[in-house]
Amino acid sequence: MAKVKGDIIIDIEKCKGCELCAASCPQESLELSRKLNSKGYHYIVKIEDNCTGCINCALVCPEGIIKVYRKTEKRMDPVATLTNVTGDLTVTVNS
Amino acid sequence: MNEKRMLGEDHYEQVIAEESICTNENLVYEKPETLTDTPMHYCPGCGHGVAHRLIAEAIAELDIQDKTVGVAPVGCSVFMYNYMNIDMTEAAHGRASAVATGIKRVLPDKYVFSYQGDGDLAAIGTGETIHTCNRGENILIVFINNGIYGMTGGQMAPTTLVGMKSTTTPYGRDVAVMGNPLKITELIAQLPGVYYCTRVAVNTPANVRRAKKAIVNGFKYQELKKGLSFVEVVSNCPSNWKMTPLESNKWMEENMFPFYPLGDLKVPGKEK
Repeated sequence: MAKVKGDIIIDIEKCKGCELCAASCPQESLELSRKLNSKGYHYIVKIEDNCTGCINCALVCPEGIIKVYRKTEKRMDPVATLTNVTGDLTVTVNS
Repeated sequence: MNEKRMLGEDHYEQVIAEESICTNENLVYEKPETLTDTPMHYCPGCGHGVAHRLIAEAIAELDIQDKTVGVAPVGCSVFMYNYMNIDMTEAAHGRASAVATGIKRVLPDKYVFSYQGDGDLAAIGTGETIHTCNRGENILIVFINNGIYGMTGGQMAPTTLVGMKSTTTPYGRDVAVMGNPLKITELIAQLPGVYYCTRVAVNTPANVRRAKKAIVNGFKYQELKKGLSFVEVVSNCPSNWKMTPLESNKWMEENMFPFYPLGDLKVPGKEK
């Protein structure tokens, strides 16, 4: 199974701290910061490194300030191990 | 403080050493370009922001940015023209659908939509709304229903639920005095001029996806010139309901959705 890794960028100056994104995150990786932005709102920060890039947070964000990135890493595991081959052998791998 | 943030220097270096995936080729979602960078003036957690973004996304997806004219209402969303990067105009209170009618008749090849709240569409503009729908103008009306007059301080609107407290109904809406809430979407769905009529919400990711599909359909049906498209968005008003955004969404699911059930009321090709 391919490993999916996601990341988000939050424009914290525009965040109003409504926490709708945190409630919709299936990985529970968002939380309110204890710091304030220049408008006086507690802003949202990502506290866990388990984002899958599902874009749920960006969909419910009323301000539209979340950018979502997703990368699918294909695992390059060996498909077969050949030992003690003596004769002719043809191996094909479907990508 | 959270334990996860108090990890030592090793963890910090390890995170930095990893290559960032935040590059343009991995970008899967960002705000559409049809929405400007102006910070919105809405209260935290308000559904207007999501509704604005969905309209902007629909316009960007159909690639009709230079062919769309919007009509902003009076209400909280009166400054909508600051946030949308399209041609927009402002209508008198309740008259957005009448203004949209005029624009559509003068410029029939443009995509015209009006964006109205429940005080605008269902109270002051009831006459305009019903007659626009009955005439079957080829426009899209996006109706934001939060059951209250938001901008003026939370007075009772026609869509306020029975028993719901507002500044003008401090003991809850009483049917004997104030009458029953108005289901305007059901009312206009039966009019023959209405081609597409649906009710959506923007509280969860699944509902947001459905709402976007409905708005895209509303724009697409304008090409067919068969009638009006009407999309009601059941929304919240955390400030005037005196709740946090999360509480207001929960209250909306428990109280608004039973009275205003989500779903299609009139879909082309599926008439009852």
